Amino acid sequence: MSATAATNEASDLRDTALDGPELRVRLSKTWGTESGLWGALTTVDHKIIGRRYLITTFVFLFLAGLAAVAMRLQLAQPESKLIGPDLYNQLFTMHGTTMMFLFGVPVGEAFAVYLVPLMVGTRNIAFPRLNAFSYWVFLFGGLFLWISFFLNIGPDVGWFAYVPLSGPEFSPGKRADTWAQMITFTEVAGLAVAIEIVVTVLKQRAPGMTLDRIPLFVWAVFINSLVIIFALPAVVVASSFLIMDRLIGTHLFNPAEGGDALLFQHLFWFFGHPEVYIIFLPATGMVSAIVVTFARRQAFGYLALVLSLIAVAFLSFGLWVHHMFTTGLPQLGYAFFTASSMLIAVPNGLQIFCWIATLWDGRPDFKTPLLFVLGFFFIFVAGGLSGVLLASVPLDTQVHDTYFVVAHFHYVLIGGAVFPILGAIYYWFPKFTGRMLSERLGRWHFWLAFVGFNVAFFAMHISGLMGMPRRVYTYTAEMNWGALNLVSTIGALMLAASFALFLFNILRSMRVGAIAGDNPWGAGTLEWATASPPPPHNFDRIPFVTSREPLWAERDSLPVVTGLRVDNRELIASTVTEARAELREPSPEPSIWPFLAAIATGITFVASIFSPWAVVWGGALVAITLIGWFWPKGSKEDEG
Amino acid sequence: MRRPATILVLLLALAGCNTIQSPLDPASPQAHDLNRLFWIFVAVLGAIWLAVMVALAVALRAPRPAGADPLATDRGRDRRFGIVITGLAVATGVMVLVLTGLSYAAQRRLFAVEEEAVTIRVMGQQWWWQFTYEDVDASRTFITANEFHVPVGKPVKVKLNAVDVIHSFWVPSLMGKQDLIPGRENDIRFVAERPGVYRGQCAEFCGLQHAHMGLLVVVEAPEDFERWREAQISAAQPPTDSERQKGLEAFLSKPCVMCHTVRGTPAGGRTGPDLTHVGGRLTLAAGTLPMSRGNLAAWIVDPHGIKPGVNMPLIKLDPDELNSIAAYLEGLK
Amino acid sequence: MKAAKVVLLCLAGALSAGCQREDRAYRSNPVASETREEIALVSIAPGPNPPAVYTTGKGREFENNAFHLSQGKRLYSWFNCNGCHANGGGGMGPPLIDDRWIYGGSIENIVATIREGRPNGMPSFRGKIPDDQIWEVAAYVRSMSGNVPKSAAPARRDDMHPGPAENRTATSPPVPGGIVPPSGQMPQ
Repeated sequence: MSATAATNEASDLRDTALDGPELRVRLSKTWGTESGLWGALTTVDHKIIGRRYLITTFVFLFLAGLAAVAMRLQLAQPESKLIGPDLYNQLFTMHGTTMMFLFGVPVGEAFAVYLVPLMVGTRNIAFPRLNAFSYWVFLFGGLFLWISFFLNIGPDVGWFAYVPLSGPEFSPGKRADTWAQMITFTEVAGLAVAIEIVVTVLKQRAPGMTLDRIPLFVWAVFINSLVIIFALPAVVVASSFLIMDRLIGTHLFNPAEGGDALLFQHLFWFFGHPEVYIIFLPATGMVSAIVVTFARRQAFGYLALVLSLIAVAFLSFGLWVHHMFTTGLPQLGYAFFTASSMLIAVPNGLQIFCWIATLWDGRPDFKTPLLFVLGFFFIFVAGGLSGVLLASVPLDTQVHDTYFVVAHFHYVLIGGAVFPILGAIYYWFPKFTGRMLSERLGRWHFWLAFVGFNVAFFAMHISGLMGMPRRVYTYTAEMNWGALNLVSTIGALMLAASFALFLFNILRSMRVGAIAGDNPWGAGTLEWATASPPPPHNFDRIPFVTSREPLWAERDSLPVVTGLRVDNRELIASTVTEARAELREPSPEPSIWPFLAAIATGITFVASIFSPWAVVWGGALVAITLIGWFWPKGSKEDEG
Repeated sequence: MRRPATILVLLLALAGCNTIQSPLDPASPQAHDLNRLFWIFVAVLGAIWLAVMVALAVALRAPRPAGADPLATDRGRDRRFGIVITGLAVATGVMVLVLTGLSYAAQRRLFAVEEEAVTIRVMGQQWWWQFTYEDVDASRTFITANEFHVPVGKPVKVKLNAVDVIHSFWVPSLMGKQDLIPGRENDIRFVAERPGVYRGQCAEFCGLQHAHMGLLVVVEAPEDFERWREAQISAAQPPTDSERQKGLEAFLSKPCVMCHTVRGTPAGGRTGPDLTHVGGRLTLAAGTLPMSRGNLAAWIVDPHGIKPGVNMPLIKLDPDELNSIAAYLEGLK
Repeated sequence: MKAAKVVLLCLAGALSAGCQREDRAYRSNPVASETREEIALVSIAPGPNPPAVYTTGKGREFENNAFHLSQGKRLYSWFNCNGCHANGGGGMGPPLIDDRWIYGGSIENIVATIREGRPNGMPSFRGKIPDDQIWEVAAYVRSMSGNVPKSAAPARRDDMHPGPAENRTATSPPVPGGIVPPSGQMPQ
């Protein structure tokens, strides 16, 4: 028996031995993060990392939004000389790439990283160091892309970068490589978070949280994580093949030597279609959470909602060819994809019906989060139905690659994801910061965004039907698109103003917002059972769950599970389906290695667009950091 | 079915929407079919959207009593909700099936094959269109650029090839679009049903001047078409006046001949558009400028001011040379 | 502090290289005429020094720019340089991928060759190819022997594959004094 074990036995302090404030102080000390730069670089606290993700994704949202405003200003008039074709091509590429890869997917993961451990009643996310690593990799990828843009090396081939345009012959220099390698960064980060979510949801739920007591938001991000795991590898393959063709002269996309330009499209869209559901699914979780809380009624059709999420996840993998309806593939095959693309309306519709039923039988409280959810209904349903129109092959041959499609996907993405995300910020901001956002400013924000969005994007349906193709930096006066484009630009400026108002609301409320308390909305899920913002250890004692809405079921106080250590980082691992407590699982301490590994990974990725040898030498560097990461420490967390 | 469509079109017209390149302005049986299918879909989907919004509005006006237990549910109400929602889900499924069926039927009609009377091979390049009229008799094939003519009422087959990157051939009044993909040959078939000039545009992002890659399809009576075809097959006429003669000499001595062909002269470059009958076209630079002597001169003197990034380089010319070359080209009808 | 300065300088250097490489300068100066390069065709001159050569420096702008190099690659086939030089291996004309240059291997010499033509079959393209385009083709020819930065050099074409692309060829600097008299190589 070693000395440390002996000391351990002696100092095995459990949460049964302490109570109240003293328990909280001890646990905060054990689970807390040092202040200062070292603490920031080594933290493994999911809340700090989740907050970072949120702030960073919103910075990218604003940057991409500025790119969009620039584009709209250029398009406001025919033959405008404000922005030339080269810069315009870079702007729409940066806008799309940033919104899809640096905002759309990561923001859902940001909410998940912050909220899932709180909602399932555990102390930290699974694989906390991987979580830290994933944030740094994501940040470096985003910085890589945007710094390249400011250095004139930003990509200019569209967010889906079809070959041969993005290929070695028609995209000289390193611009397209920047796009391709940024994807590798963000996909590594995305996959890492997805794995953490899956494991957290399956193995770290509070005892008593059986599968049918898991909150709908957690179901949504859990299923989303499974979609991420299966979809992301396809785009990494596509972008890596592209880099290989460009750098080392492979012929994967060269028809003259046996390759195929369509291979890129298949690989990309096999990811690309699930990608939009990866963006949408967490938003459905947010809608579920907000509808339940603000209708003051448990969700109607819980089982139907969960099964719909699963159906959407499966079906989303069978739709990708609808992006390729004009490429000349066999017609019968196309018809299959028409059917499957329309079929996904059924589970999506089922969710909408269940939410409306919840509101119908409830007592709606029209606070800002609910306003944004109502905006979601209005806009997303319209966008989804225009999607059914696009699913038809013959109709798609007319509207594909026109502003009609631009209108459609902005309706489903802004309506279906951004509005719920904005509502979610209003909903969970009190939990994240301890202060309420201003209701009055929130209402102004909502109406400005709602009106501005519809003015901007409804007009695009019409300009698409008047023949305006996508990705055009200008148009001649004789096309008669000027009036509609001006309308769209005005709407876009209104939408931009609403975001400025939102930023103002956030910055102001962080200083002078009303203090929130634990549960300002009177909601039912576990994240509201702890302080706002939560202490580092989330819960003083792990709750025992008896209902889908634990705080509504146990009005007076939550039953809890006791026995975890207070002086070491420990959480409960439970069984997969019935969440019976199984193990006291040690949770890793803060570490600098994830940051160093991310730097090594970043160096490898960036250098490998200049030379293939970077993969070898960079790989060695990454291996060194991983050795440091996994070096057996014999630390106190491995004992007991 | 007609009235809502008419109302919508009228609304568009009121908004000042004169369309010159629109799928809602059909001029072929294919485009008419697509137009009809479009309005059917808009009507059905619009009605569904409206129904969902009405349901939502009603849902928001049906409050529970304040302070009611959020976990309490009325089993009877729940069962009714369940039946209605199941019904709605089934109805959604049926709607999907019906629309899929309609779509598939239209798809089969749209892509049906009919023996073509005119075959045109399109070679899409950055950022212009080359059209080759194919013929069984090789001496009757000819090449033109950015504008092609077809006879009214006769089936036309357009073969689609790409020289460099992916483009997309789209003339909305005549037919849906198909992509031009390097390494593949796609095709489009249509029948133009009324004479006129129809504009099209490249619909797949292809680089710096994707925005200015338009094309024109001129549909005319069969006799006019044959006359046009004979004129196209013939070589360029030698210039009759002295200014155009000077223009021809300048044209042959300048870089023009490195890229352009004018049949009937020694100019045989194949990189840029064929200029043998350029003066007879309605537009210049792939639908960017109307054809005129002034625009020809403007284009030659500074192509990058009009289409920044085109492959045509800046040629240094004296004003006299420029004027005479513009006059010569304008006369190549 | 010093380390930080060094890092910043390196970064600035890398960054400006990036800017130069990625510029898309498609519009030539409409007023400028043919640049005046004073080159030497041989490497000998009286006295101990090599020949006096005056160049405008335009070559650097073209050799370091990926857009110009890729345009040069397109122009090379559009203007049928392949007809005599194949894909650089030569045929009727001498090879361009090696290190032996009859009339000098710097970009200014190559520009002069294209402008003026050379005995035994190289046409004069002055007046038939605009000057900036001549520079583009010349820069591309330099890349064929690996004499431009690898990150700017063109990559493979989307076409049948004749050999490693210019960004993967080994560098063959023009051999000083490696100028072969015409009579020795091509009998009259």
